[in-house]
Amino acid sequence: MSPISPARVGDGEATAAPVARLQEVTLRYGKVCALEEVSLDIPAGCMAGLIGPDGVGKSSLLALVAGARAIQEGQVEVLGGTMADARHRQTVGPRIAYMPQGLGGNLYPTLSVAENLEFFGRLFGQDAGERARRIDRLTGTTGLRSFLERPAGKLSGGMKQKLGLCCALIHDPDLLILDEPTTGVDPLSRRQFWELIASIRRSRPRMSVLVATAYMEEAARFDWLAAMDGGRVLARDTPAALLHSTGTDSLEAAFIRLLPEEKRRGYRAVEIPPRPEDGEGAAIEARDLTKRFGDFTAVDQVNLRVSRGEIFGFLGSNGCGKTTTMKMLTGLLPPSEGQARLFGQEVDPHDLVTRSRVGYMSQFFSLYTELTVRQNLVLHARLFRVPAAGIPERVDEMLERFDLAIVADSLPGALPLGLRQRLSLAVATIHKPEMLILDEPTSGVDPVARDSFWRILVELSRRDGVTIFISTHFMNEAERCDRISLMHAGRVLVTDAPDALVEKRGAKSLEEAFIAYLEDASAEASAQEAGQSHEATMLDSGEESGGSPGAGGWRHLFDPQRMMGQARRETLELRRDPIRLTLAMLGSVILMFVMGYGISLDVEDLSFAVMDRDQTSLSRDYTLNLAGSRYFIERAPITSDAELDRRMREGDISLAIEIPPGFARDIARGRRVEIGAWIDGAMPTRAETVRGYVQGIHAHWLATKAREAGHGEALAGLVNIETRFRYNPDVKSLVAMVPAVIPLLLMLIPAMLAALSVVREKELGSITNFYVTPTTRLEFLIGKQLPYVVLSFLSFLLLTLLAVTVFGVPLEGSFLTLAAGALLYVSAATAMGLLISTFMRSQIAAIFGTAVLTILPAANFSGMIDPVSSLEGTGRLIGQIYPTTHFLTIARGTFSKALNFSDLHAAFLPLALAPPILIGLAAALLKKQER
Amino acid sequence: MRLANIGYLGVKEFRSLLRDPIMLVLIVYAFTVSVYTAATAMPETLNKAPIAVVNEDRSPLSWRIVSAFYPPYFMPPDIIDQAEMDARMDAGLDTFALDIPPEFQRDLLAGRRPTIQLNVDATRMSQAFTGSGYIQTIVNDEVRTFVQRYREVPEMPVDLALRARFNPQLNKSWFGAVMQVINNVTMLSIVLTGAALIREREHGTVEHLLVMPVTPFEIMSSKVWAMALVVLAATAFALTAVVQGWLSVPIQGSLPLFLAGAALHLFATTSMGIFLGTVARSMPQFALLLMLVLLPLQMLSGGSTPRESMPDAVQYIMLAAPNTHFVMLAQAILYRGAGFATVWPQFLAIAVIGAALFGFALARFRRTLNTMA
Repeated sequence: MSPISPARVGDGEATAAPVARLQEVTLRYGKVCALEEVSLDIPAGCMAGLIGPDGVGKSSLLALVAGARAIQEGQVEVLGGTMADARHRQTVGPRIAYMPQGLGGNLYPTLSVAENLEFFGRLFGQDAGERARRIDRLTGTTGLRSFLERPAGKLSGGMKQKLGLCCALIHDPDLLILDEPTTGVDPLSRRQFWELIASIRRSRPRMSVLVATAYMEEAARFDWLAAMDGGRVLARDTPAALLHSTGTDSLEAAFIRLLPEEKRRGYRAVEIPPRPEDGEGAAIEARDLTKRFGDFTAVDQVNLRVSRGEIFGFLGSNGCGKTTTMKMLTGLLPPSEGQARLFGQEVDPHDLVTRSRVGYMSQFFSLYTELTVRQNLVLHARLFRVPAAGIPERVDEMLERFDLAIVADSLPGALPLGLRQRLSLAVATIHKPEMLILDEPTSGVDPVARDSFWRILVELSRRDGVTIFISTHFMNEAERCDRISLMHAGRVLVTDAPDALVEKRGAKSLEEAFIAYLEDASAEASAQEAGQSHEATMLDSGEESGGSPGAGGWRHLFDPQRMMGQARRETLELRRDPIRLTLAMLGSVILMFVMGYGISLDVEDLSFAVMDRDQTSLSRDYTLNLAGSRYFIERAPITSDAELDRRMREGDISLAIEIPPGFARDIARGRRVEIGAWIDGAMPTRAETVRGYVQGIHAHWLATKAREAGHGEALAGLVNIETRFRYNPDVKSLVAMVPAVIPLLLMLIPAMLAALSVVREKELGSITNFYVTPTTRLEFLIGKQLPYVVLSFLSFLLLTLLAVTVFGVPLEGSFLTLAAGALLYVSAATAMGLLISTFMRSQIAAIFGTAVLTILPAANFSGMIDPVSSLEGTGRLIGQIYPTTHFLTIARGTFSKALNFSDLHAAFLPLALAPPILIGLAAALLKKQER
Repeated sequence: MRLANIGYLGVKEFRSLLRDPIMLVLIVYAFTVSVYTAATAMPETLNKAPIAVVNEDRSPLSWRIVSAFYPPYFMPPDIIDQAEMDARMDAGLDTFALDIPPEFQRDLLAGRRPTIQLNVDATRMSQAFTGSGYIQTIVNDEVRTFVQRYREVPEMPVDLALRARFNPQLNKSWFGAVMQVINNVTMLSIVLTGAALIREREHGTVEHLLVMPVTPFEIMSSKVWAMALVVLAATAFALTAVVQGWLSVPIQGSLPLFLAGAALHLFATTSMGIFLGTVARSMPQFALLLMLVLLPLQMLSGGSTPRESMPDAVQYIMLAAPNTHFVMLAQAILYRGAGFATVWPQFLAIAVIGAALFGFALARFRRTLNTMA
């Protein structure tokens, strides 16, 4: 291994002022203390490392130094100023590059390599030419040039990290902060990654690099180390000094030595007794196993043979096909080609018997966090058909053996990772399987817990004769296996005992042997990638680094280019997310149909029947009068009271008319008669409408009859009330509802999409890019808003088109007025979504929160149903300022009332004020740091 | 298939649900507060309708008419002049504008049948139609009472005795309460099963189940029965305690018969929840899908507005949704006291739809398991 450190600690210049200085820094997440009174000087101009397992506070420390997380207690000084000061952060922001944890944590997975790089270039104010030059150079050095069009999410782990590094380096930072950059990356990519860093440092020797890592072999090559555990720094020094002071020969051993007494207690090194002779037959046999997803071959003709009782290790980078192979062996995935056999039988996904002979533990903790440790064990025992009588005993035995008895009744979520992995193993072995398939069971687990995990594995193998098929990233774990397979890009490169492999390659260590195999493999795969000369194209910058960022003046506060960068990225991401895109494009159309027809208050085609006890021409005339109206449809006449009752109960008729015997005769004699009408009251609104119709038709009939009889004048009423149904002469629901539904939908969906766009980033972690780059709040918000304003305006055009064509609602007034109102309104709606997003943490909360916060005022207080003028109190106040009220006036005015701008200008003023006010509020509330 | 597995996994679903405070709050809210508010907050058809009067007569009679409009049906009228009328209606300030012409009282007493003009903003559907009816009645009553002081007014010889059955007072809270329960049955059953599946998927526990001797059918059935049971129990509680007890809404028919129908309906909707859970890849996607599915289901099923008023095409399409039949069945049983002899076609329809949905969801669940694991 080669990484060259151009500036050793003690080289004079490096001993100058530290690049970062922490004093008494404490950080808490709720009750959990991530950092406890940490004081640390991180030397400048060298490779400084933070070592320690997951969850000891390394990431928190780096986030504080990068300015991504707000300081709670203590002082953090970086590059000569305190990071508590927002102005200092803004100034040094362009000099720091931060690559958060996780493969591609700062990348946008649906964006291509080039698009990701372009986005970062824009954030730092680079023009197109400079961007192209830098991207070309960076991708050339890293070998990413041939993958420019590939989405970042589809890169292998190593390439993702290289891309992440390129994105971080695009603006020539002075301080490069890398949080576990090589976790889950294969040894060759890891080495390439460090070579890349080394060559960058050669060209920019003053750059400081701060790295957190869980790989002790890597850390051994850094200039300076701080060992961390439990939120504290255990020791800090050069690697050699650390080894010397602990009297150990490896950093891993040194780290364990540095741990406090109670953590080290019970620690024993793992010893592996020799394996008895091969058991009879093979436990696992794979022949030409192949798996394709579309045109991508994940696993390519893998051949394996694992004998019974063997510990078989499986090594390879993330995404090289290990997990897929394991899934095919367990029957989780059907192979595209080839055969997998377990215990001599072909793997059949439907064969439940083989499954009970195998225990499987997946890469991520996948037990029920809602069930206690004991409940998890019991459930799995039952599902694996452990005889009911034996379950309590078996569960107790497992709790004992895996040292879980004291946590038996706690929830797994609250346990440390090491214990959780032990629980997973306990669950996987509860039914005494003959074989265990373990997919990276020790990722992220600290060295002490890892060794105790391995002791159990060894016992299972050697004492109980369980075959163990395990994948891992750790070379010291691989060395413990009886045999290992190296996998790369879907192919098994070699299979043998670890010692034999080292010997065969004449290497010093297993890692070196592994790298040698990988180099052979990738040499044939991509000659041009490896052939790139690192040195020749190395960043010869320095002189041009000052040119771009912080050009001063107003651009410091609001740079249109950065804003457009955000807008462009948001558009690209949205275009590649089918569900959000569907919602944005079709959601409002679907909902328009639903509401247009669903909120309709028209009642037509009501079925009615008559029980005519008179059967004269006059009674039939009365019936015809009803049947002739467009509201009613006559059904078969009713003959008895019982029938009337039954048919109303069945819902067959919603109105029954009873004409009494002697109806015609009594009228002729001037006696009072009474017609009975029964209305189905099950649906009160409908019943009220029916009542209105019947009364009207009845009155009309009376008037006609009176006129025929010649005393019309007397009966026609004293006054004539001339009712003019204005704007909607036929009193059609659709004409009334459609112009009201458009404002509702243009509030709900744009607000929700805008809110999601921000909260999504919070949930996925890419918001860190906003925290650590010079992007200002307004650039971020308006950049995010723009695509949704455009999209929502298109949606408005579509809705209007639908209203006019499909729903047949005429647009009487000025279209331009309506469109101008709509543009202001969707800006207000998206701004509202952004405002809501500032206090929402999860996407689910954003969806429901936005729905409640927009629908309630829009539907109830904005005059959609009851006019604002009939409201009182808070409802009225909300109604008066809520944008929907004003756009509703514009929509109804232009659609139904034939109005134009001069009639409606009063509604425009509040609508024009809403977007800047809402965006301003959102910017004030949006946090520029994580808290 | 092992029934015992379906049982164990179902019990596991209960335990998971018990540890999920958000879902628990949602269930309690949906079947108590939400039902109560839906029942009590159902607006009356006419509520404080804004009305303006152009009083050109300024006679005792015209003032009498003006004072006949008061809350809760109307806002106290604004007295305006004719010039303002159109502008106010254009701006949406008034729903009604009544124009009483000059010399109205004199013409009336002279038997000249004067004309009052009533302008209605017909874009306000909820107020326009019923409101204009009320106004006509009020004006006629006032005029008649006024005139009767001077001379006899002939009466109509034929009366119309209107009676509403099943809900004589046309009390909207009866309708609102029960329909809210029904809507929430659908909403919760889809949300609970869908969310349960996605939670497993996000936690990787589906994968874990699949390496065990458990079939997809067992996994799906366990969620269906467990979540259906939760919703069914909550429904029974809501109908007896909240609807009948708290709100004192009478229920006409047989509760067990309704619950049997609800159980059948839940079979269909929980299957739908599973289906949506396989389509969405994460909770946020599920929530977005839910909006696009749930709203049409609820609004077009006949539970909020009558089916008769929808276009034929919509009516036919909605026959494929279990909700439509469930709403018919619920209204028949709970409001009209119908028995099984009346509602068996709906039972049959829901059973058929449910079986189809279950089969479809199971097929899709099997197919997508690969991508989940």
